[in-house]
Formats: sequence, structure tokens, C-alpha cells
Amino acid sequence: MSGPNFSNPVVRWIEHRLPVFSFMHHELHEYPTPKNLNYWWNFGSLAGMVLVIMLVTGIVLAMHYTPHVDYAFASVERIMRDVNYGWLIRYIHSNGASFFFIVVYIHIFRGLYYGSYKAPRELLWILGVVILLLMMATAFMGYVLPWGQMSFWGATVITNLFSAVPGIGDWIVTLLWGGFAVDNPTLNRFYSLHYLLPFLIVGVVVLHVIALHRFGSNNPLGIDLRGQQDSIPFHPYYTVKDMFGLGVFLIFFSAVVFFLPNAMGHADNYIPADPLVTPAHIVPEWYFLPFYAILRAIPDKLLGVIAMFASIGVLFILPWLDRSPVRSASFRPIFRIFFWVLLADCVLLTYLGAKAPEGIYVVLARIGTAYYFFHFLLLLPALSIFETPRPLPRSISRPVLDPAGSVAAPAATSKEAP
Amino acid sequence: MAETHDGATRRDFIHVASATMGVVGGACVAWPFIHQMNPAADTLALASTEFDTAGVAEGMAVTVLWRGKPVFVRHRTAAEIEEAGAVDLESLPDPQADADRAERPEMLVLVGVCTHLGCVPLGQKATDPRGEWGGWFCPCHGSHYDTSGRIRKGPAPENLEVPPYTYISDTVIRIG
Amino acid sequence: MRAPALLVAAATAVALATGPVSPAGAATGGAEPPAQDWSFSGVFGTYDRGELQRGFQVYAEVCAACHSLDYIAFRNLTDLGFSETEVKAIAAEYEVPAAPDENGEVFPRPATPADRFPAPFQNANEARASNNGALPPDLSLIVEARAGGADYIHAVLVGYSDPPSDTDMADGMSYNGYFPGGQVAMPPPLFEDGVTYADGTPATVEQQARDVTAFLAWASEPNMEERKRMGVMTMIFLVVMTGLLYVSKRRIWSNVH
Repeated sequence: MSGPNFSNPVVRWIEHRLPVFSFMHHELHEYPTPKNLNYWWNFGSLAGMVLVIMLVTGIVLAMHYTPHVDYAFASVERIMRDVNYGWLIRYIHSNGASFFFIVVYIHIFRGLYYGSYKAPRELLWILGVVILLLMMATAFMGYVLPWGQMSFWGATVITNLFSAVPGIGDWIVTLLWGGFAVDNPTLNRFYSLHYLLPFLIVGVVVLHVIALHRFGSNNPLGIDLRGQQDSIPFHPYYTVKDMFGLGVFLIFFSAVVFFLPNAMGHADNYIPADPLVTPAHIVPEWYFLPFYAILRAIPDKLLGVIAMFASIGVLFILPWLDRSPVRSASFRPIFRIFFWVLLADCVLLTYLGAKAPEGIYVVLARIGTAYYFFHFLLLLPALSIFETPRPLPRSISRPVLDPAGSVAAPAATSKEAP
Repeated sequence: MAETHDGATRRDFIHVASATMGVVGGACVAWPFIHQMNPAADTLALASTEFDTAGVAEGMAVTVLWRGKPVFVRHRTAAEIEEAGAVDLESLPDPQADADRAERPEMLVLVGVCTHLGCVPLGQKATDPRGEWGGWFCPCHGSHYDTSGRIRKGPAPENLEVPPYTYISDTVIRIG
Repeated sequence: MRAPALLVAAATAVALATGPVSPAGAATGGAEPPAQDWSFSGVFGTYDRGELQRGFQVYAEVCAACHSLDYIAFRNLTDLGFSETEVKAIAAEYEVPAAPDENGEVFPRPATPADRFPAPFQNANEARASNNGALPPDLSLIVEARAGGADYIHAVLVGYSDPPSDTDMADGMSYNGYFPGGQVAMPPPLFEDGVTYADGTPATVEQQARDVTAFLAWASEPNMEERKRMGVMTMIFLVVMTGLLYVSKRRIWSNVH
């Protein structure tokens, strides 16, 4: 393997035996990256950095937390009141979960807009959906740990979803609980799994990055690199851009952590769990709301659960539903319109998930759910056949070098995209 | 946080400044994550223990819990006090006069943790071995302490520690 | 350029994502509590020590008869501006169970600053039995545990009135328009001159309600002032650092065409 020449003798000694330095040089320094990536491409590395923030704060919180129904709530309050900077670390962790989902959702919609799931990046996309599923499981179990009212009743409602499985549903739920209700055994296993799953996420993230580096990043034009003039080395161009992006992210994140730390939480979770009283208005954390809306839109218990899981499951087969050879929405005029409709639909479902399931909200949730599946299962396959894409530029360098050409307009549009 | 670009690129003031801020910011962030491991406010608030010595008869010893560690309170006999005072300080590994180790000679208060590697020495119960000098004996690695709790033989480098304590009434002491 | 566009877009994303949560978070069932002007609201808000001390007096003389304050220790009262000596004196007025004596019996002893406020009842059952079947909630997190926060607590404290003529009042309940359902087991707790303030402030019901609400806001989040102070410094630091990174990024990218 031809690596760079390192001058430091210690580095050379290690490199000869364990080629980590040439590996890092290859993957983080000279790694050729499309030169036209816009700021929406920042959210991938940003998600990785948020994952690190969550791991570090989570491990620290575990040093002070007690997973027992009688002490969990009090141990969290001890973190908030008595542990040095405990309030800061907990607020970073609890709000970090919300920001993790904001970053990852933006990352996903970027992939949807620019067709990043298409060949040859299908496995890269599927690994990303696996990460999303693991994140959701981790976030759900983490929310149970403070053992407030929302923790308890969230755990009860979500585990009860599995009772919809025909025949063995009740058996599964009892198995999940380790008892006849959500209780101490449940809390203990959720704590164990909440600590375990993030490391599985790290593992899948590594696979995700390996798959990414196989063909490199997609780009706003959605066309393959045509040569050296289309790419720039990752370092320093994208390292400094990612650092700037991290700075912007931290400004937003700090504003919430320091000035609105409970805005994304629910007041009821500051009431200790009470198995005898359900809060008047149970709502999951905001990042689960669209899925919650889909669950409640279907009047049948089993079908509702199936629809909820299918709403993520459909993402696994997305690369084979959208058969259009053109990746970027910039060159797909009809797809682009419906991308925004899908985004609006997801925002609508998020809004409806927070509303009581009654009256107009139920009707809207059914329309929103129907559109969601229509978009993926019918519209995308149909568009692959009927849509006429605009002509693609010949290379990434061309539109910049030839501003008067026919491809300049779509390139300019892509700057403002989504 | 921000560890940016090295010498391969044009290194000017702006790059140095932003990299420096990144490093300083990282160091500032590190502090809460280190300081959280220090004793929390409720732990610090419990740093003192009160104990009534009236119940400790002559020749008896009682062990009290203070900050998670045992504290030996021994009501010494006249013979033990005399023995502790008669030692040639020059011969001790860690020379200290008995008078400096007990606020009242009859009531000896010591942290019951061997100064070698932290075991609890034997000698509090009447049936315990008390070592060759009649004080305490640490079974882990064979340290002998005398009736003033001073190290006489074995691997321990120092005498048993005297905790900070005061008499808040005629018989009640506050440790810590 | 794209950076400002990104800022706007990200802000919009956050607003879109979090916006729908608020309607669900609003108190259900009761009237909307009127917004109050609190010294501790806003980015630079701090607690008013005099207000906190008066509020503590209201808690101790009125609320503490039924409501516990589980997560507050006497040592925390130094935050209200009391000296160590004053805190020791306050703690000594309360009794907590001592460690078992040599016969294994437990006797009360005066509390020390390290102790937490003793609860008025042994357990939830005793609390219910003494309060017409209703459980007086613990107050140490009450401001954070209610959707309307301090405004809601204040509104409930001053919001007692005669029930509307069409309301069927249950036995022993009082009418309060701000309480979900309108019927609350707690009788009006505050009375004109129900306490005598040490600093001579006239003890109107409104004054007591404001003071005790401020005290309870502090009890919910004693670290709020440190949080906001650190927040302001962190934001200034991050804005400068991000600005520098942006200039760095522009310079490094200047040769990419």
C-alpha cells in the first residue's frame, strides 16, 4: 500500500506494524470528495459528532444514575441538584436526543432529495435506516429511565404495541416487561439495553462510513465524478467546513440547553411515575410523533402497528421503488414537487401526532398516512416511468466553467434546494 | 472540538485563532466532565459525624462510620497511656508524641484505615489480635500499631491518621 | 451566500420540529393562566433574594402543613441569601429521625443543614387520609411539573372563586377556574396577613402568591442562575469561534472554482 511518507520516526515505527496513519491519511485527508457539496451535506458528519456527545454525556450520567423504581427519579434529581455540573450534562443529553433526531432527519431528507439511496449506494442507505431504527429504540428506552409519568406511560403504551401480534402478543409483552406490568425488571433491562444499543449504533455507523467511502459522497447534481477536476481532498476543505457547521450547530444547541432546556420535554415527566394514574394527555417525544399519528390513524390495532412499522420498513426498499436513473431532484421537475409534498406531509403528521385523536385530526391523519404510503409505493414507481428528467450536465466542473450553458439553471436551483 | 488544518496548507492568523479557540473550548468543556466525578454537594454536606463517647467504657473500643470510613474510638487504660507516652520517639518510623495524637489522653480517636494499602486493622474487639505493641494489627500485610496508633513494624509508612474532631460537649465529639 | 440561508433553514427546521409540541404541552382542562412578569424569566433573569426568603416563609408557615419538599435540603437555603448560621438555626427548628440508638430505637433529633425537609405525612396513605382523600403533591418540582409553570402556580393560588351556578360541587371541594376540571381538594390556602413578613412587606394574598411561586420556581431549578450565566458566556464564545471558523473556511475554499 503506497502511503504518504511520515517524517516522525515514532509514527513510522507504528505505521510499519499497524498502518493506521496511512489509513487515516487515505480516508480523512486525501479522500476525494465532490467539490460541489452544499451545506446539507454537513449533517452526516454532524450526526456522527452528536453521537459522540451523546455517548460521552450518557456514560457520565450512568455514573450517577440508579436503575431502580424507588430511586431512579431521585437519582436523576440528585444529578440535577447535587452532582457537579450534573444539570448541564443531563440537559445536554436530554436535548441532545432531540437534536440528534433533527440532524438525522435533515440528513435523511437530503438523501431523499438528491437520490443518495440509488445505485451504487443502496446498502449505504439501508445501513442508515438501520441506524435510524436503533436510534429510535435507544431514545425510547432512554426516555423511560428518569421514571417520570411520561416515562412510565410511554413504556406501557409502546410495549403494549406488541400485544397486537396475533396469538403470542400477550406472551411477548410479558416477556418484554419481565412481570405483569412495566416495573422494576422492565426498568433494569431498558437501562442495560439503553447502554448497549449506542455501541451497536457506532458499529453500524462504521459500516455506513465504509460503504460511503466505497463510492464517495453523492452530490447536488447527482452525477458521478468525471475526474480529478471534479473532486477536492477531504482535508482541509471539508474538515474546516464541517467544523464551521459544528459551530453553527452548537450555537443552536447551546441556546436550547442553556435557555430552553425543558422546552422539548413534557412537564408530566417531572412527576414521579405512578402506576395508578395515567396523565390526561400522553404524547411521545416529538421525534416519534409522525409514527404515532400513523399508528392512531388506522382504526384496527394490529393494522395500526403494522402501518407504523411499515412506514420505516418502506424506506428499506426505497432504492427499488424509485427506478429513475436520475438521482438529483434538481433534474426531476415532478419528483421535486412531490418531495416537498412528502416533507409537508411528514410535518403535518408530526403536528397531528401531538393532537388528541378526535374530529378533524383523525381525518387529516388518515389522509396524511395514505399520502405517505402512496408517495413511496405508487408515486415513485410511476414517476420512474412517466417523468421526463431534464438534461444532466456533463460533469461537476462543466456548469461552473460554462455559466451560459443549458445546465446552468438547474445547478443554480440546486443551491437553494431544500 | 476544532482541530483544524496543519502545516500543509497556508497557515495564517485566522486559522491559528480558530484552532486555538477550538482547543480552549474543548478544554473548557472537559472541566465539567472531570469535576462531575468529585464529591457531589450532598456527599460533601455529610462530611461530619457526631458521636457520644460516654458509652465507651475504659478498655473498650467502638468503631464509628465517618465519610464512609471506620473511625476507631478507644477508651485507653492508664497502662496503655503510660506505655504510649514512654516510647523513645527516635525509635519510631514516623515520630510523633502521644500527646499530639489525642485531645484527651484517655480517648483516642483514629481513622481505622491502615496507611499501607487501606485495610481495616484488627484490635477493636477484645478477642482480636492487637499486634506486638498491644494496639492494632493489620492482617493484610502484617503492620503493627502501638497503643497510640503509631506504626511500629511492618510495611505501613505512617501512623494511623487522627481525623479532625472537636468536643462539642463534655462527651460528644464531632468528627470532620 | 449559503451560510445565512442555512441558518434560516435550520432555525425553521427547529421551529417546525418543535412547534407542534407546544399545543399539546399547554395545560388541559383549566383556564389559560395570565402571564406574569417574573424576575427569573428571560435570558438574564435572576431570582430576587427578598422574594425567595418571603416565599420560603409562606411555604414553611402555610404550604408545609400538607405539602412535602422532598428534594430540598436545608443547606440549599444558603441560595436564598441566608447565612450558614441562619440555615443552622432554621434546620434546628425541624425534627428528623436520628440513627437507631444502642437499643435499636429511633428517636427524633434536630435537623442539620445536611438533612432534607421532613415531609408532613409518613406516607401517601396518611396524606390522603388527612386530606379528604386527595394527595397533596410534593412541591420541590411543582413549577417544572406543571405545563403553565410559574404562571400556572400563581394563577391557582389566587384563582379561587365562587363556582358558576351550573357547577355541581363535590363534597369538600373548592372551585378554581385555573385547575383542570375546576374542582380542587385544596381549600384557598392564602389569606390577607396570613403570614407576617420579617421585612415588613404587606402580606396581601397577591404578594404571598407571587413570593411562594418564586420560591417554588427556585426549588424546581436551583441551578437556573448558573445555567443562564454559563449560557451567555458559552454563546459569546461560540459565536466568535464560529465566525473565525467561517473566515477560515472562506480562505481555504477561496481557490476552489
